[in-house]
Amino acid sequence: MVGKTAERRNREVLVSHLIQAGFLVGLIVIWYLAATRWGVNRLLLPNPVAVYDNLFDILRSGEFIDDLETTLGELAIAFAISVAGGVMLGYLISRSPYWIAVFEPLLAAIYSIPIILFLPLFVLFFGLGPASKIALGASISFFPIVINTIAGFGHVDRLFVTAARSMGASDYHLFRHVLLPAASPMILTGLRMGFTTALLSIIGSETLASLAGLGHRIVHLAEAMEMARMFAYIVFVIAIAVALNAIVSALEARGKRN
Amino acid sequence: MATAEAAIKVRGVFHQFGEEGDRRFVRALTDTSLDVVRGELLCLIGPSGCGKSTLLNIIGGLMEPSSGTVEVQGQQVCGPLPRDIAFVFQENSLFPWNTVIENVELGMTFQGVAKSERAARAAYALEAVGLKEFAQHYPAQLSGGMRQRAALARALSLETPILLMDEPFGALDEQTRMILGEDLSVLLARSRKTIVFVTHSLGEAVFLADRVAVFSARPGSIKQVIVVDEPHPRKPEFVTSAKFTSLRNELYGLLHDEIRKAVQQ
Repeated sequence: MVGKTAERRNREVLVSHLIQAGFLVGLIVIWYLAATRWGVNRLLLPNPVAVYDNLFDILRSGEFIDDLETTLGELAIAFAISVAGGVMLGYLISRSPYWIAVFEPLLAAIYSIPIILFLPLFVLFFGLGPASKIALGASISFFPIVINTIAGFGHVDRLFVTAARSMGASDYHLFRHVLLPAASPMILTGLRMGFTTALLSIIGSETLASLAGLGHRIVHLAEAMEMARMFAYIVFVIAIAVALNAIVSALEARGKRN
Repeated sequence: MATAEAAIKVRGVFHQFGEEGDRRFVRALTDTSLDVVRGELLCLIGPSGCGKSTLLNIIGGLMEPSSGTVEVQGQQVCGPLPRDIAFVFQENSLFPWNTVIENVELGMTFQGVAKSERAARAAYALEAVGLKEFAQHYPAQLSGGMRQRAALARALSLETPILLMDEPFGALDEQTRMILGEDLSVLLARSRKTIVFVTHSLGEAVFLADRVAVFSARPGSIKQVIVVDEPHPRKPEFVTSAKFTSLRNELYGLLHDEIRKAVQQ
């Protein structure tokens, strides 16, 4: 009985993966047909084979390295700032029900504003270089992190705290063995969301106003009408983003298991 | 003589939640005095909201009374006393992110037991409650009854002279509860701890207690104390004896009017 249901579940998973793969293959086939048979302008839609050749050339020549370094460097610094600030501030706010009541709705309200609208201001303050991308990425990813940290630390079951205190737990014991493990699933979710939003906003802002980075390169190629190479860079960025998100999700799952 | 042997002395304790005139103002306890003799098991029984759990928390130093004093082992209580008192709570007080044995050892870490001693004491306590095979399980993988055994093991491993139990079997079904009660009686007859046990169940109170303190409806105070003169460990046959039935009926008589009053509040 159990074996049979497990087998059926495996088959269902396999079928769903096949459908997903088929969907992507179908898209590429339609793209290919549109570019070669249906007469769509090559400036709007390059031939996927040309995109593949360009991608191969980009990877072989290593010309992507400078832009990748710029973007990942911005991402690393922005994420480090928002993690440090968001977790610390979230913890401090969560210590008092009064501060939670004051700040939780306020931060949630700010979180719903498209902060990217302030990009011109960030550029005015920090210039066209990496500093404005870092500031924007850190500002945007700060909110999911601080909100989840407050939720995690702020809603720990009182009975756990009471039980720990009754057994003589010190403040350090309480933090290390009760508050942190109770809050960490929420915090990890916040970190993953923060990471994703930092990545999106940094690449996005690079396409709008920048001097270097992968987003900058894509816009530069678009302006030069090198569509096949631009598409190749887009595919490259998608691959990087998928890989980074997979790594972060795996770390999150691992952190929650422990 | 009786006072000299008292492990816990409660003197004129009043407790209220909120301020007078407040919408949530509740007078929980009024002028409650009580001695718990060293080595006895005292049950607190009473209608819902009569303040019996509040009294337990005050004795354990988890709450400060509005007025009155509590002495434990001759010292006035003004905060948790992890070396003297261990708690068993109603349910789900085990940390879900730790295994059973980690939970037991963590209690001792909090209490300050040397690392070298923890493993042996945890294993011993788990063996005593019959959970040796489940040491590596997480609380979510255990039944409600097993979780309460684990919570009891955690409390026993602390080796305190006093155990405070707040409806430890309250969330369990009648049969599990009966078995746990029998096992508890055997365990405690061996350990000679002083125990205060809060319960809703008349049968549980008569079966476990040396004395049963009956609370009045809110604001609670102790209406009467009944002595159950039967040696520990109690045999399962005790439940069907005439003595058990008459004590249970006496308790029912005392409680019935108070429960009516509590319901009408």
